[in-house]
Amino acid sequence: MSVILTKKGGRTDHKAAARYRWGSPLTYLVALVFIAICLGPVAYIILGGFRSNSQITESPAGFPSPWKFDNYLDVLTGSTFWQEVGNSLIAATATTVGVVVLGLMTSFVIARYRFRGRGALYSLFAAGLMFPMTVAITPLYILIKNLGLMNNLAGVILPQIAFALPVTIIILVPFLRAIPDEIEEAAAIDGAGRFGFFFRMVVPLSIPGVVTTGILAFVASWNSYLLPLFILNDQSTFTLPLGVQAFASEYSVDTARVLAFTSLSMIPALIFFALFQKRIVGGLTGAVKG
Amino acid sequence: MNTSPLTHALPRPRSSNWRQRLEILVFAAPAVVVFVSFVILPVIMAGYYGFFRWKGYGTPSDFVGLDNYFAIFQDSAFHEALIHNGTILILSLVLQGPLAIVLALLLNQKIRGRAVIRILIFVPYVISEVIVGIGWGLLLQTDGAINDFLDSVGLGALKADWLSDPQIAIWSLMVIISWKYIGFAVILFLAGLQSIPEELFEAAAIDGASYWQIQRNITLPLLGPTLRIWAFLSIIGSLQLFDLVYIIWGQYVSSTAGTSTMATYMVANGRDAGSYGFGSAVAVVIFIISLIIALTYQRFVLRRDLAGALTEGEK
Repeated sequence: MSVILTKKGGRTDHKAAARYRWGSPLTYLVALVFIAICLGPVAYIILGGFRSNSQITESPAGFPSPWKFDNYLDVLTGSTFWQEVGNSLIAATATTVGVVVLGLMTSFVIARYRFRGRGALYSLFAAGLMFPMTVAITPLYILIKNLGLMNNLAGVILPQIAFALPVTIIILVPFLRAIPDEIEEAAAIDGAGRFGFFFRMVVPLSIPGVVTTGILAFVASWNSYLLPLFILNDQSTFTLPLGVQAFASEYSVDTARVLAFTSLSMIPALIFFALFQKRIVGGLTGAVKG
Repeated sequence: MNTSPLTHALPRPRSSNWRQRLEILVFAAPAVVVFVSFVILPVIMAGYYGFFRWKGYGTPSDFVGLDNYFAIFQDSAFHEALIHNGTILILSLVLQGPLAIVLALLLNQKIRGRAVIRILIFVPYVISEVIVGIGWGLLLQTDGAINDFLDSVGLGALKADWLSDPQIAIWSLMVIISWKYIGFAVILFLAGLQSIPEELFEAAAIDGASYWQIQRNITLPLLGPTLRIWAFLSIIGSLQLFDLVYIIWGQYVSSTAGTSTMATYMVANGRDAGSYGFGSAVAVVIFIISLIIALTYQRFVLRRDLAGALTEGEK
């Protein structure tokens, strides 16, 4: 008898839970509209690349009919697109590695050492948040030119590392500070000096923070436009954002091809985001909370 | 504070002063050198170059004192750019804030596919502003897809010169900016909401509080710190706006369309005009305006949040 009652109760709870889990229809409607708005322009860009210019002229808001693959094939088989992908990959990867290595080393000092200048060191980098690239761009251009790094990816990489350091350090310091003193003391007993402790314990334990800051630096570098605009004037050195804009200007009447190029330029960032979305979202929100 | 027996038995070994200094130097010096060279130094250089009339070649030698600054503040084009930045700043807060809060509250319910929804609404934030500018620029052309769509659904009367009409262009820019950044705001607010203890809502519900009473007295106050951080990021972003405007309107059209910003003004009258002294002075002006607003905001709005953060940090 009691068993039967329990079973009934269980079933009822399950139904209630199921009903609760779905939420109200209004929520789904709003979510769908919101998603449609977020993805609509993206779909426009992607689908536009599969149309012809005459299709676009006759029916700007129409769908591909018939589907044309020439635009995408032209871009993919040209050397310009891949050269720019390569440049962006080099710039973003070098920036990411640079900012993570330097950021981790500095965060280690700020988090694990006690010395008179610690507060000043932290304040120096925290102040960097107040110095956006926009303000420094003109004299930065002069500086890069004087260093002989014009039309050189290094002229983009070094400033990007410098400007990404503040956010990186601010995110990493709490991670490193959270490492228990016991671990450091155990390492010391085993004969590891500070350097040993850093490479054997700190680096592995800070992986979550490193991944988060690395992703943020990569995306920021990949999407960067203003600095490349000033530093990279030679088309062979263009990164993707610069290349997309140049392509759109040069082929302004060839709308379909511009949309194909723009669409292809967008894909790497979307793939990257799909792979690391939890880190990207978690990192941004965690940074704000922290 | 630390009561570990190990700590008592084996006090932290003291490094020699020279050795610790060397270690600190080895670990911190590279970042400091790069940071000072490419962030601090250029900002100082901007201050210096701003006092010269200079084409950017050789050493600046034509000292003009504050002439560049007088020219900036007398230029009606700069006044317009400043007003545009102010408009963008206020509209961003007023339009995106409430909408993002409502969306976050809705999406915070336990619904199926929440993870997928979160991914999809973040897409605009991930895409480069250059791509956003090109895509939206084509969509909003007078003979573009938006007007064509309005025609096809019988709303032809709403068609407009979204990009070139000075009365409308600033609003088009606001739509694009909101599209680009509202997903980020929603995600941020969702994170803030999820950090509010569930028990508070349950206790309030037991006491018979209505949905709106709960939102007003529990949700919004506890979401306060997150809201204020978001507002700060939005304000700074609005003051620095360049890419979107430059891509869609270009350096010349943006002023006639009524969407020029201080940053596009700086590039158009500095680099593009070959006047690097003047451009540097504009950069200094932008920096000082941003700094004043940021410090004022921190002083009067964020102070409580920062104090709390520091206190927690100490514990």
